[in-house]
Amino acid sequence: MSVFPATAAAKAADRRAARTGGTGPASRNQRAAYLFIAPLGLGFALFYFWPMIQTFYFSFTEFGPFGGHTWIGGDNYARVVKDVTVWQALGNTLVYCGIGLTALPLALVVASLLNRRGLRAVPLYRALYFVPFVTLPVAVGLVWNWLYNGDFGLLNEVLGWFGVDRHYWVSDPSTAVFAIGAVMVWSTTGYYLIIFMAGIKGIPRDYYEAAELDGAGAVRRFFTITLPLLSPTIFFASVICMIQSLQVFDLIYIMMGEKNPAVGDTQSVVGLFYKWAFTENAQGAAAALAFLLMLLIAALTYLQFRLQRRWVHYG
Amino acid sequence: MRRRTLLCSGLAAASAPALAACADQGGGGSEGGGRGTLSYGMWDPAQVPGMKRIIAAFQRRNPGISVRIELTPWASYWTTLKTSMRGGTAPDVFWMNAVNFQLYAAHGVLEPLSERIARDATPLDRHPAQLVRLYAYDGTQYGIPKDFDTIGLWYNKALFDKARVPYPDSTWTWDDLRDAAAELTDPHERVHGFAAEMQRQIVIYPCVYGAGGYVLRDGHSGFGDDRTVEGLRFLTDMIDRGWSPPQSAMVENIGRVRFWSEKTAMVYDLSAMAGQMYAVPALKDHAGVTVLPKGRERATVIHGLANVVSAKSDKKAAAWKFVHFMAGREAAEIQAGSGVTISSHTGTQDAWISSMPEFDLRNFIAMKKYAVPYPSSKNTAVWENLQYPLLGAAFSGKGGIEGAARTLGEQMDRALKEERDR
Repeated sequence: MSVFPATAAAKAADRRAARTGGTGPASRNQRAAYLFIAPLGLGFALFYFWPMIQTFYFSFTEFGPFGGHTWIGGDNYARVVKDVTVWQALGNTLVYCGIGLTALPLALVVASLLNRRGLRAVPLYRALYFVPFVTLPVAVGLVWNWLYNGDFGLLNEVLGWFGVDRHYWVSDPSTAVFAIGAVMVWSTTGYYLIIFMAGIKGIPRDYYEAAELDGAGAVRRFFTITLPLLSPTIFFASVICMIQSLQVFDLIYIMMGEKNPAVGDTQSVVGLFYKWAFTENAQGAAAALAFLLMLLIAALTYLQFRLQRRWVHYG
Repeated sequence: MRRRTLLCSGLAAASAPALAACADQGGGGSEGGGRGTLSYGMWDPAQVPGMKRIIAAFQRRNPGISVRIELTPWASYWTTLKTSMRGGTAPDVFWMNAVNFQLYAAHGVLEPLSERIARDATPLDRHPAQLVRLYAYDGTQYGIPKDFDTIGLWYNKALFDKARVPYPDSTWTWDDLRDAAAELTDPHERVHGFAAEMQRQIVIYPCVYGAGGYVLRDGHSGFGDDRTVEGLRFLTDMIDRGWSPPQSAMVENIGRVRFWSEKTAMVYDLSAMAGQMYAVPALKDHAGVTVLPKGRERATVIHGLANVVSAKSDKKAAAWKFVHFMAGREAAEIQAGSGVTISSHTGTQDAWISSMPEFDLRNFIAMKKYAVPYPSSKNTAVWENLQYPLLGAAFSGKGGIEGAARTLGEQMDRALKEERDR
């Protein structure tokens, strides 16, 4: 995630350097810029890019559990495409992605509410909303499992006051995906809230004052000023949010457990990858799966960049 | 005589690095000459104190060798081990289980021990034959059992008294269990008679074997077998009738926990859990244990861990001395005395039995006669992973156990065929 703004900054520095030619103080600047990004770049090359290339290579091999591999061509990809559990996991992952994206409108509404003039204790609210995001997914999953618990959970207890029957939220295949999705949204909203609040701060106050003088209400101001001027931020957040929800794993792993009858209905692509690679010793097929997921993410991100022309306004 | 409590495990875990630090001074590894510092890989912090005592006894007899425990938590034990095997930093001696054994043996990363066993007259015959066989591959012995566990029927005497049902004993059959489960179920108190949990080692396999079915035989799945289905139906039927909670409920509160909180009157559970049962005050008071009730046949499942030597170790002679020592009576007695697991060495279990006099733990050892070894193949995890997703609906009261079992049988056969073709 942190790679994103840093490379953007580096590119900008690059462009500036290119404009001013390759000599003199500018090129010193350029060198300095590269020096600054070198640690990150090195880490990225060593721990992300090189493994990525390796993964691509290993996806064409049968990988022994104790090392050693033999080239088997496209067999792994054939296995991935033919396996019904892959398609089921892909479907589940898209559902998670859809649910995960609802964090954005939620965060947007809360951000604009928190941005009202005269509201006190804003830092406190901000911190409260942010806490779930910085809490370990393992802890989050365990606590929510307690809340959802069919026999002793708080949720059933509260619903019971209204005459709702007790329900096993995370082990009923029809509700498990949504139960997990709700936790996902709960734990990521704070992050997008911070981004949106920063974005709103960047919108000049005068616009709102002028609109207010013209008699625009709060809702009108939100839709005609906040929303269009915040669209670049929303776009950035939606790209990040989609990528993150397509890679969801830890929360599901913690909340479901292997004996849950809803396991098949909640397994994500990364969850399936984990199972193949680390419990079934099928690292080659797992590498193929991981690579296909990367392609999917790349394709959807490209699509988002194409579509942004229609709705993102760069002031 | 230490019981396994959370506190005790925590202390053991905390003291492990200190132990590693002080054992480090043992000197560098001389090539295969039976001297140097050995690393011993294991995962259970509760067994660290006992293992330390065994190591101390071993070091007294072998002054040139020291042993350092490498404790890796269960959750990452196997991935860490596989990675360290690739990197050449695997422990010299380490714990092995049945699920993983054949994979390791087939890939040649374990040291064959048959010749050394014959040469040093290691008392293999003092260990349960089923367990010894579990750790042989293609006629070669690679591991020596260190402990074993069987599964017994645990029951809550207070709930039995309340329902006026006589306690279970060794004469019980499946019919008795069913009748008692019906009597003991009390919907108002949310008490269930039995926990027919979807748990392969503790519940499913014992019932499959008890019905005269099988899980794996000659490389073929037994899940399509009529007897196997009968064993599974024995379990799902109790769920359908409301005598056991459905699996959907037991995901969140497992049978063991329900038994601890006295909401389930009977459960199947491991001998290794005796210490934890003993630590629950109410259960120490009024829980009992007996042999599993008889279905068509008498059966329970036996599993145990083994000590193995890494084929990549550069101190194999010393490593073997340690494994040989742990197979003997002295080490077994120390292990039994530490009260965590049953030592697999025959005749050394008294200390374990007398450590919890309120429970009749002899039942676990009595079942050794007809205990079936935990089924395994070269890539056990692949077909084991098929079980829960396919059986989950039937174990949640949705019916269809026969269809689910036959589908599982077909898919498992396919996985086994792939395993052979590899």
